[in-house]
Order: sequence, then structure tokens, then C-alpha cells
Amino acid sequence: MSRLGAFVHRLGSPRWFFDMTKPWLAGLAIIGIALLIVGTVWGLVFAPEDYQQGNSFRIIYVHVPTAHLAEALYLAMGVAGVVLLVWRMKLADMFIAVTAPVGMAITGVALLTGAIWGKPTWGAWWVWDARTTSVLVLFFLYLGLMVLREAIPGRERAGRAVAVLAIVGTVNVPIIKYSVDWWLTLHQPSSFSLTEQPTMPVEMWLPLLVNVIGFYCSVAAVVLAGLRNEILERESDTVWVRDWLQRAQSGSGS
Amino acid sequence: MNTRRRNRLVAIVFVLGGTAVTAALVLTALDENINLFYPPERVVGGEAPAGVTIRAGGMVADGSVEHDDSGLGVSFVLTDYQGSDFVVRYVGILPDLFREGQGILVTGELDDERVFQASQVLAKHDENYMPPELAGIAEAESSTPPDPHAGAP
Repeated sequence: MSRLGAFVHRLGSPRWFFDMTKPWLAGLAIIGIALLIVGTVWGLVFAPEDYQQGNSFRIIYVHVPTAHLAEALYLAMGVAGVVLLVWRMKLADMFIAVTAPVGMAITGVALLTGAIWGKPTWGAWWVWDARTTSVLVLFFLYLGLMVLREAIPGRERAGRAVAVLAIVGTVNVPIIKYSVDWWLTLHQPSSFSLTEQPTMPVEMWLPLLVNVIGFYCSVAAVVLAGLRNEILERESDTVWVRDWLQRAQSGSGS
Repeated sequence: MNTRRRNRLVAIVFVLGGTAVTAALVLTALDENINLFYPPERVVGGEAPAGVTIRAGGMVADGSVEHDDSGLGVSFVLTDYQGSDFVVRYVGILPDLFREGQGILVTGELDDERVFQASQVLAKHDENYMPPELAGIAEAESSTPPDPHAGAP
């Protein structure tokens, strides 16, 4: 078996994943929060204001990272859905279960900050253009994944149904991304891309980059913490979890 | 990969492909309706219906903004810088970003003289951000009209 094959095979074991990711959690959380503090203070206090929008453009430092993440998290769930349906990997189901509420919250933040920015800039809280509408659909897809899981009895059947919705829903992601190019929208084209020339000077763009990475790391930490929790809960009747609990209890010195 | 897994993967690829094709067909069929507004070309060309509420967009033509002597009334010309332009009449408070050369969306209807009677004016921002000092330099350097496709509605 190849090394990659061995890695994927072990990934199928929640216990192995649980043990392996313990040191990652603190690292991701610390890096994420540190970057968010640096990027946010830099963006809100030190970055220059925009020549047209003045200070209200600064909401970009929350809006763009969350909007990016909202799409990325959904794509990740789609991949997990394929892994669940094809390889029947329990961890993939847990990932979808944990990520859906996080993704919905992040999408909610993106919609909310967009509305707050839209009022002074466009003159309207909400406009039904292709971009805003497709992001609203994304929000309801996240909600749908959570509702569907609760609606179907039996963890395994529910998990598979949710995986199908997660996979099918990924069709919406390119629609969101290209909506501003395909149709006439009020929303402007992308401001942030790693592959293209930035649409703003370095002193505005760098704090945005820092915040994008900071948001990714922080949300990864949240998802990982949730995933480790989910593993303990679902494997609670196994010997290794009981052993771990005992060790954790005696380790805390009570 | 064993046969069962391969079959499941093939099934997923077909379902995803089918969904993508369906979405593409629906969106293509809806094409014109998904556009949020009519560009100046289609307002002038008569494709935009008169007497019903529609949205139209364009750039505010330089030197075209005329405020009434009293009251909030204003009229201006929306253009695509490519020869199509139409007159907009609006009574109300303009958004902060309203200025000449700015992308603007107007909601309202075309009257019999094909003047656009707007009930709402929205500013469209482009994806470019810059500090005020830089904007001054950029303005001094470029004497050509802005590219209508870069951020223009």
C-alpha cells in the first residue's frame, strides 16, 4: 500500500484522527486569533480610507474573508460527501455534521456585513441581484443540510441523504463565484484573489490577506474542535473513549 | 478501487453532472431575467418596456447633472460611453457615492418621451479601492474616459 493509501486508510479511524489532531487544535487557534487581531487592527486603524467610500469600506476586512469561507466550507462538505458515499468513511459524515452550522453562521455574517455595507454604498440594504441571491441560496443550503439530518431517522441513512444534498449543492458555488461576470449585477466583481492582480494598493490588501488567513485558521480550529467532540460522542461506547475519559479525569487532578 | 466503490463514484459523477447541466440550462433559459438591470444600449434600443417598473443602469455622464433651483429634483444622463445614453429624472436624496462618472442603478419607468422617471437611485461600486492621495494621482494621469466594462454596470 502506498504511503498516501496508508494515510487515507488510517483517516478512516476516528480514534487515530482524534489522537493525531490534538496538537493541531491549539496551534490553529493561536495562529488564527493572532492573525485576526493583527489583520483587524491593521485594517480598521492603520489602512488608509477609500477615496470614495471613506471608512465604510473597512467592512471588507470581515465581509470578504467570511464570503470566501462560506463557499470554501461548502465545497469541503461536498468533497466529504463524496468520500462518505464512496468509501463510507464515518469521519466524513461527522465533518459534514459539524461544518454545516459553522458554515451557516459564516454565511450569515457575510450576508449581514454585506447589507451593512450596502446601505451607505449602494443606498439599499438588500438588492435581488445574482450574487446576493445565490449567496442567500447558499445560506439556505446550509440550513437544509441541518434540517435534513434531523428529519431522517437513523444516523447512517440521514448521513447519506445529507451527503447527496451536500454534493448536489456544490453546483451553486461556481454560480456564486461567476455571477458577477455572467450577469449584470449591482455587486462589484471580486476584489480579492490570490491569482490575479490585487484591485487595491498593498497597504489595503495586506491586512485583508492576513484576515483571510486568520479567518481560515480560526474556523479550521472551530471545526476541528467540533469534530473531536463529535468523535467522542459517537464513539462513546468504545473502550478507547472510556479509557481516554478516565485518563482525562485523573489527569485534571480531581 | 473495487467495483462497488467505482460504481458509487460513477453514480455520483452522473448525479452531479446532471445537476450541473440542469442548472446551466435553467440559468441560460432565464438569462435576460437574471440581469438586474437594463444597460443604456437596451434602453435606447427600445428593448426596455415603457410604462412598467424596470431597473436600468449606466454611468452618470460628465456635466449632465442638473439640480432644480428649489427642491430635491435632479436630472442627469446615464451613458455607457459607447454612444447610448438616456435622461433620468429623480426627486429625492441621492446616495453618497453619486457623482459624475459613477455607475448608477435607477428603478422606475420610462415615460412617453422615454425619459426615465426614477423612484430609486442606487450607486454601484467597482472592485477598485484606493486611498484618497492615490485617487488624485490616478485622476490627473488618466484623461481617457473610464473603461465601461471595468466596474460599469
